[in-house]
Amino acid sequence: MTNNETMLSDLKGIIQPYIQNQEAFDNLTEATDFINDLKINSANLVDIVLDVEDKFDIEIDNDSMDRMLNVKAALEVIQEKLSTK
Amino acid sequence: MKTRVVITGMGVVAPNGVGLEAFTTALKSGTSGIEFYPHLKDLGFSCCIGGIPKISEEKKRAYFTELQLRNFNSASVLYGCIAGVDAWKDAGLDISDEADFESGTIFGAGTSGVERFREAIYGVDAHKVRRLGSTVVAQTMTSGVSAYLGGMLGLGNQVTTNSSACTTGTEAILMGYDRIRLGKAKRMLVGSSSEDGPYVWGGFDAMRVLTRRHNDSPKSGSRPMSSTASGFVPGSGAGAMVLESLESALDRNANIYAEIIGGSVNSGGQRNGGTMTAPNSAAVQRCIQDAITDAGIIPSAIDTINGHLTATIKDPTEIQNWTLALNLNGGDFPYINALKSTTGHCLSASGSIESVASILQIKEDFIFPSINSDDLHPEIEALIGRERIPEALIKQPVNIVAKASFGFGDVNGCIIFKKYKE
Repeated sequence: MTNNETMLSDLKGIIQPYIQNQEAFDNLTEATDFINDLKINSANLVDIVLDVEDKFDIEIDNDSMDRMLNVKAALEVIQEKLSTK
Repeated sequence: MKTRVVITGMGVVAPNGVGLEAFTTALKSGTSGIEFYPHLKDLGFSCCIGGIPKISEEKKRAYFTELQLRNFNSASVLYGCIAGVDAWKDAGLDISDEADFESGTIFGAGTSGVERFREAIYGVDAHKVRRLGSTVVAQTMTSGVSAYLGGMLGLGNQVTTNSSACTTGTEAILMGYDRIRLGKAKRMLVGSSSEDGPYVWGGFDAMRVLTRRHNDSPKSGSRPMSSTASGFVPGSGAGAMVLESLESALDRNANIYAEIIGGSVNSGGQRNGGTMTAPNSAAVQRCIQDAITDAGIIPSAIDTINGHLTATIKDPTEIQNWTLALNLNGGDFPYINALKSTTGHCLSASGSIESVASILQIKEDFIFPSINSDDLHPEIEALIGRERIPEALIKQPVNIVAKASFGFGDVNGCIIFKKYKE
């Protein structure tokens, strides 16, 4: 697996406990939206960010967190934070 | 004519039994749920015994989702939801996909998620507020238990939590009763829960109101009405019941446990001997009398009383208040028992757990034994006589039970339960 594939797989593992639409999760793409597609409770986005921080050993500031609404944006933020570590 | 209100479902999480079946068995046999807790000793508590319900991880997963259990640490929500959902199912009610605007909940609590709150405080003080996660508020807000229950059951009427110290559970039942009587709801899930452990019980230990003489003999530690009562034993848990208009219950052919025919809540105003922690006896007597008047019965119609009776020096005062309020004494006094002898004092949950016990007596025609009062307090023996306190199970028809609870803040509550008859 490439780094990107590993990262996507890690992210999927993190969000799985919070999803409420299994079909959208099974067909997940970069365009998949956390709230509109996966039906994740908006309050749980905070928990996803904390789980991401723990998994990748990074810190995600509030502005970056506000951007993390879909898979693509989440992967971008993770890349960004990893590159400035 | 007043709307009649009946009980159609019950649930209980008690130190001596989780679930109606286990609790009923413990109730009839006088089985104590009090145990010694080494961690209280390690922390330097004077009283190291208490009553904590046993809930397995498997049991938790039958009521909560995996997601709800992530970072979950709120005993009030845990006990209350198990008792509340059990009561709802016991009433034969479905869980709808739509909000049920005819059904609500008034589910009391003393504290919520004290252990979770402690974790949050440590987090904040370590400059880690941003890492607390999303569930601290839901688990630590006082109304956490009613909010969780409202979501689990889809309740669309009033969803709230009341709090009045050790009167909480009795008050919740009467608040739901009033709401149905006023025609504002058809069904109300009512009850209360109480947490446990050193952070909830420490304040009571510090007040020296807990017994410190029974760390080696936990089962005989809770001694309501005894001459050797030396303070209460702390407990925890939850009791719940579905109250329903008689019309609604009959419409859906529901099982009816009993009817509430009257009740009263009041306060002594912390006057005339009443303080934050002691009762104004005139107010206690008035509360009992108002409940009897509301119920439209004569005192001698009461078969048995379930007292507040905590095992402190105030037990003889409570008995005296009952004798004066009812104008009955000696052999004319009803039977009276104290559930706290086997559960300890379940604080904000006591009124609801003890009401479940009271109603079981009506439904199954028995009077449960009150243990650890073999050395009856002489002042109590002089007022009502030894035989009025059942030391063993009594099997006899039970038509009317009076239940009272009293709490810090000089607050009182009394309910009259009656066997349902058309």
